Amino acid sequence: MRYVEKQSKTVEDAVELALKDLNADRDQVEIEVLDEGNRGILGFLAKAAKVRVTLKKKPEEIAIEFVEQLMKRLGYSVDVELEDVGEFIKIHIKGENVGPIIGRHGSTLDAIQYLVNLVVNKDTQEYHRIIIDVENYRKRREESLEKLAQNIARRVKSTRKSFSLEPMLAYERRIIHTALQSDQEIVTKSVGEEPNRRIIISLK
Amino acid sequence: MIELVEYIAKALVDHPENVSVNQVEGEQSIILELKVDPEDMGKVIGKQGRIAKAIRTVVKAAAAKEGKRVVVEII
Repeated sequence: MRYVEKQSKTVEDAVELALKDLNADRDQVEIEVLDEGNRGILGFLAKAAKVRVTLKKKPEEIAIEFVEQLMKRLGYSVDVELEDVGEFIKIHIKGENVGPIIGRHGSTLDAIQYLVNLVVNKDTQEYHRIIIDVENYRKRREESLEKLAQNIARRVKSTRKSFSLEPMLAYERRIIHTALQSDQEIVTKSVGEEPNRRIIISLK
Repeated sequence: MIELVEYIAKALVDHPENVSVNQVEGEQSIILELKVDPEDMGKVIGKQGRIAKAIRTVVKAAAAKEGKRVVVEII
């Protein structure tokens, strides 16, 4: 980890100097006061204040490092790429024979993603959401869920009967809700408790 | 397999120096005993065992590759 140590008349001044050196803002660093310093009396016995300022790792850096190390220990040589740092931090794993990393209905991928979110948010005040994809699995799943939503909606309209989908994760349910939001004849709602929470699609 | 569990556990807890994993090998299965600081138990188990379940799921993916059944026990 990168850090600098600075001395100055006051702690505040020393911190300012260090931040300039690191080219960082206060919320990107950890400050450790090594010596409070002493103004002395009229300049006599004055002692400089000393601080160590350490650059904190960015959440996306922590996430990528964790995933890389995990993949290595799982025995996969894959590329781990940062795709986006907007609303979500998106990380994409690319490589061959990555089926086991995804697991049944993405269960392994979801477990990895859950662990990454815990690790990244362990010491942070702000919550960062991390989404991990493997070879576009989530994108493909999203498309098939949207298609499923449209098909079921059509079926509900023709049979005039509600339809209950299989249990899904929160983000998967959101895809279904969003896909049918603009449909004037259909309502979607989630029922049940996690992890068996499911969507019911019915007529308005 | 030991390194995998150890790495995940150390990343989750507040006292990584107190994490240890012991491997007990059976005929068809491997038991991995994960030990953490008492204060960190919640960090590897989670609400309703959600974190423990995630660790087991990831380990299972690694075990499938080696064709063995792996059990992770938190002690």
